[in-house]
Amino acid sequence: MTGHRAIDQTAVHMAEAIRTGRATSYEITEAHLDRIDAVDGEIKAFLHVDREGALATAAEVDAAIARGEELGPLAGVPIAIKDVVVTKGMPTTAASKILEGWIPPYDATIVERIKTARMPILGKTNMDEFAMGSSTEYSAFGKTLNPWDTGRIPGGSGGGSAAAVAAKMAPLAIGTDTGGSIRQPGAVTGTFGGKPTYGSNSRYGLIAFSSSLDTPGPVSRNALDAALLHEVISGHDPRDSTSIDAPVPQVATAARHGASGDLSGVRLGVVKEFAEGADAAESGVVDAYQSGVDRLVKLGAEIVEVSCPSFKYALPTYYLIAPSEASSNLARYDGVRYGLRSGDDGQRGLEEVMSLTREAGFGPEVKRRIILGTYALSAGYVDAFYGQAQKVRTLIKRDFEAAFDQVDALVSPTTPFIAFKFGERTGDPYQMYLADLYTIPSNLYGGPGVSVPVGLSEGMPVGLQVMGPVLGDDIAYRVAAALESTQETPLADTAPEIGK
Amino acid sequence: MSTISREEVAHLARLARLEVTDDELDAFAGQLDVILESMKTLGEVDTEGVEPTSHAVPLVNVFREDQHQPSLPREDVLAGAPDTAEDRFRVPRILDEEA
Repeated sequence: MTGHRAIDQTAVHMAEAIRTGRATSYEITEAHLDRIDAVDGEIKAFLHVDREGALATAAEVDAAIARGEELGPLAGVPIAIKDVVVTKGMPTTAASKILEGWIPPYDATIVERIKTARMPILGKTNMDEFAMGSSTEYSAFGKTLNPWDTGRIPGGSGGGSAAAVAAKMAPLAIGTDTGGSIRQPGAVTGTFGGKPTYGSNSRYGLIAFSSSLDTPGPVSRNALDAALLHEVISGHDPRDSTSIDAPVPQVATAARHGASGDLSGVRLGVVKEFAEGADAAESGVVDAYQSGVDRLVKLGAEIVEVSCPSFKYALPTYYLIAPSEASSNLARYDGVRYGLRSGDDGQRGLEEVMSLTREAGFGPEVKRRIILGTYALSAGYVDAFYGQAQKVRTLIKRDFEAAFDQVDALVSPTTPFIAFKFGERTGDPYQMYLADLYTIPSNLYGGPGVSVPVGLSEGMPVGLQVMGPVLGDDIAYRVAAALESTQETPLADTAPEIGK
Repeated sequence: MSTISREEVAHLARLARLEVTDDELDAFAGQLDVILESMKTLGEVDTEGVEPTSHAVPLVNVFREDQHQPSLPREDVLAGAPDTAEDRFRVPRILDEEA
């Protein structure tokens, strides 16, 4: 339940308290570190905690404020970072044994920006290995538990960031979203997750999974907190050749606008094909989502049914494109320049050592996807699989463009089912892949998507997804914040108390 | 009739430099078969004349001025290597390898 502890506040309130001298960054940061000490033994959201570093940054912020310096909107607010983002001098593993013990010699661009914004970094969060998975069960260092029900998954791949925010070990976190890895964990942990427009947030220093899809973004307990973090990390980066050189959408303004609860004149599309087919959402998820749509209508939004006939091919399209890119990206783990080397006895040759290293260092899902990608790219299959998937990707993009001719944004459930139980879907990888059924389309298209808590099913959180056009992140934040305004108590504050 | 055989999976693993075990081969062959079966639906889509999309947001070549920029210090880069010798990465032998 919500309370008056420092950790119960929103990031916006924490920042304001620090700025106005009602609280110090040091005490707020320390409260979160203490919370990690108290509950993370159970939840296991963090792979690495940097108490000293976080407190040192906090103390610098407090000193700067005492000197009367003007600081940014999130200065002094602590943050957790998914372990797929490199942090200078702080271990970064992507939850893989192949990178165990590696200390990056540089910061990702988004980490540089977080440091410039003077936000204390609490540590690195758990995830599915190399961001491949929907449950964190594929982390090489053990799974993260869902704070709502510790027998259930916290989503993935960014389950650590979502669980850390849900359990109030951090008010904000960084995630990365290739097929839903920010939004699906957000949905199943009752937190907010935003995947920005592809290319609007730099990939420099993100450990690459699928380069044409990977997008870093914010994890929080409400839209406005996420929007402020989005604005901290967004913007053109010459070190990422796919970075868009365009103004950052004004998402914080949009979130404040949405919080006023007025959506008159906003047209929201519902994708007809999402409700069809054998893989459609659980009824409890549909009910919670529908109650959210009804509330959006009460705020003045108009609902329009749109048809996106190619969306039903999004899942197979994604599972050809992403593993193909992954098989190429993960070729760099060869036991030469960094990370693990296995079987180097002075007798074996390079190729054998390489194969032994990769066998020992990669987990099952990563191997499966490397093999799948190698297959899809191999001679004789490349046109039928990878090439065809790229063409269908064009058709999915056209579906989005046609939809956005009619509506301002699309809404859907974020994921078809509530957090499932551990072990329920690891035996059949395809069942795991279905978790991303509704999030994958906007990755293939490149537009933004946010997941906002909408209600409960079987006592577990359900998320509503808002998808916008490319660089239309602001409309997604406006609709999400409007939905929040219909909830008396934010869903994130109704999570069962842990660590008692 | 399965889409992918155990032998094919073994071949792909070799191409990807993965020394997979027999147990893994058994598991992967079955699982990949299910996945590839679901992907066959893509074949039914008419993509005649459709341009492929390789990136979400189309950008043409991005260039920068050809100017010197600092690179990472050598010792910082070598610090993460599994083995080094004489300020270089040391690798297992690459010559005299049987094909």
